[in-house]
Amino acid sequence: MSLIQAQGLGVRLGARQILRDVDLSVRKREIVTVVGPNGSGKTTLLRVLIGAQAPSEGAVVREAGLRVGYVPQRLAIDQAMPLTVARWLALSGTKDRKLHLQIAEQVGISGLLKQQMSSLSGGEFQRALLAEALLVRPDLLVLDEPTQGLDQPAVASFYQLIEGVRDDMDCAVLMVSHDLHVVMRSSDHVICLNGHVCCQGTPTLVSAAPEYQALFGFDTEGALALYRHEHDHRHDHAEQGGSDAG
Amino acid sequence: MTIVTTTQSRVVAMLDDFLWRAALAGVAVALASGPLGCFVVWRRMAYFGDATAHAAILGVALSLGFSISVFIGVLLAALAMAFLILSLSGRMFAIDTLLGVGSHGALALGLVAVTFIPGVRVDLAAYLFGDILAVGRLDLLIIGAGCLAILVVLWFRWERLLLLTLNADLASARGIDTRRENMILTVMLAVLVAVAIKILGALLITAMLIIPAAAARPISRTPEWMAGIAVAAGVAAVAAGLSGSFYWDMPTGPSIVTAATLLFVVASLFTLSRTKVLR
Repeated sequence: MSLIQAQGLGVRLGARQILRDVDLSVRKREIVTVVGPNGSGKTTLLRVLIGAQAPSEGAVVREAGLRVGYVPQRLAIDQAMPLTVARWLALSGTKDRKLHLQIAEQVGISGLLKQQMSSLSGGEFQRALLAEALLVRPDLLVLDEPTQGLDQPAVASFYQLIEGVRDDMDCAVLMVSHDLHVVMRSSDHVICLNGHVCCQGTPTLVSAAPEYQALFGFDTEGALALYRHEHDHRHDHAEQGGSDAG
Repeated sequence: MTIVTTTQSRVVAMLDDFLWRAALAGVAVALASGPLGCFVVWRRMAYFGDATAHAAILGVALSLGFSISVFIGVLLAALAMAFLILSLSGRMFAIDTLLGVGSHGALALGLVAVTFIPGVRVDLAAYLFGDILAVGRLDLLIIGAGCLAILVVLWFRWERLLLLTLNADLASARGIDTRRENMILTVMLAVLVAVAIKILGALLITAMLIIPAAAARPISRTPEWMAGIAVAAGVAAVAAGLSGSFYWDMPTGPSIVTAATLLFVVASLFTLSRTKVLR
């Protein structure tokens, strides 16, 4: 049984057809990852699924009373708003103080509760976002490129954290990611998106699919794309021009 | 001798009465504009507030022309302006251009319209800069009710509005109807404009939203502290402004805003000096 199911989703913004005929479902405890090039509609798909954007075609069916924890791609906390980490966590609506401490401990921000959100580093900030999403006690955790701007070790530990969380909290995870090699290791189901679903299935199945290889420019061994990917991350914040491997 | 004393005490009592009305009205507006102003600051809605407030002059002209309550006329004009801008934004023009057109257009149109109303000599200065000392009993009642309504709505929707302000998608994921909450915020702004025009005037209402909140920012750690300190700053500004108006015959609206601005400067300097010492 699915927690959330989308059938025949299409999104048209003005003259642009961003998504067409997307089917997707997330089952309990499943980690589903959406990969695809820039502009392939990944974020739009997540926005439709969480109810922030109405689809032009198709429908989203959620399990009744589904609780969604969402970690947006960007959250610009304006300098105009003072916000401590503790207050941010309280926005989850969960009053249970013990749970706050427990989750802050789990994601590794328990020493930062009194700090302002705007003073956190990139990694700490992502962890604070994750902690708030977890405090909702979600059935489904939705993450939109949660590791953007993090360096390689931080990325690795963030995904480790998410796998641990899935096991502890017994929630499903739906995420968009650029980190192909990590995705391929830790997902149950991978959806390769480029306006429509190019291919989907288990990570091994998808990585062998010709559609996937065409989309990400793997050569026969996949070495080139992997190299590009690593290269991307060594230079972290520097833009790599138009040839984004992820 | 005795006669003089009683007359004096009567005069004093009367003065007390209208001063008290003015003070109560000012405090009511400060209570509502503190937390509401925080949202205006957080959401960068300062010019949106200006456009809505300037439309109030058009509302004044309408209410005089059709002989309806000024509160109603101003409320309708402010609402119309707010929703016009919301529905037009994102098409053809950038939002600040639209706000500029709406804000100045409504103000100019209102000022022109007032001169065409036959048989009415309007003290426009009172509507542009406010006349808190002329607040009557009925005015006080309406101002109090409007401000109370804003506070009650803010109290019950605080968390939702905060989430929406931080990230609209996050609010959607939590099942919050973002369009509805945006609309509610807009209506609250229009209500505040309608009740505050008597006190601060169309030109200075936005100041009362922004300046106390801005004064509170550097000394606050959470949104709630900022709202609370903004209220305190607003009340202090009203008290100072009223005193200035009463003792030195200064125009009330501008005196209140001047006091608020002084508070802002003091709070900012205090914070600046402290961070320097810490470094």
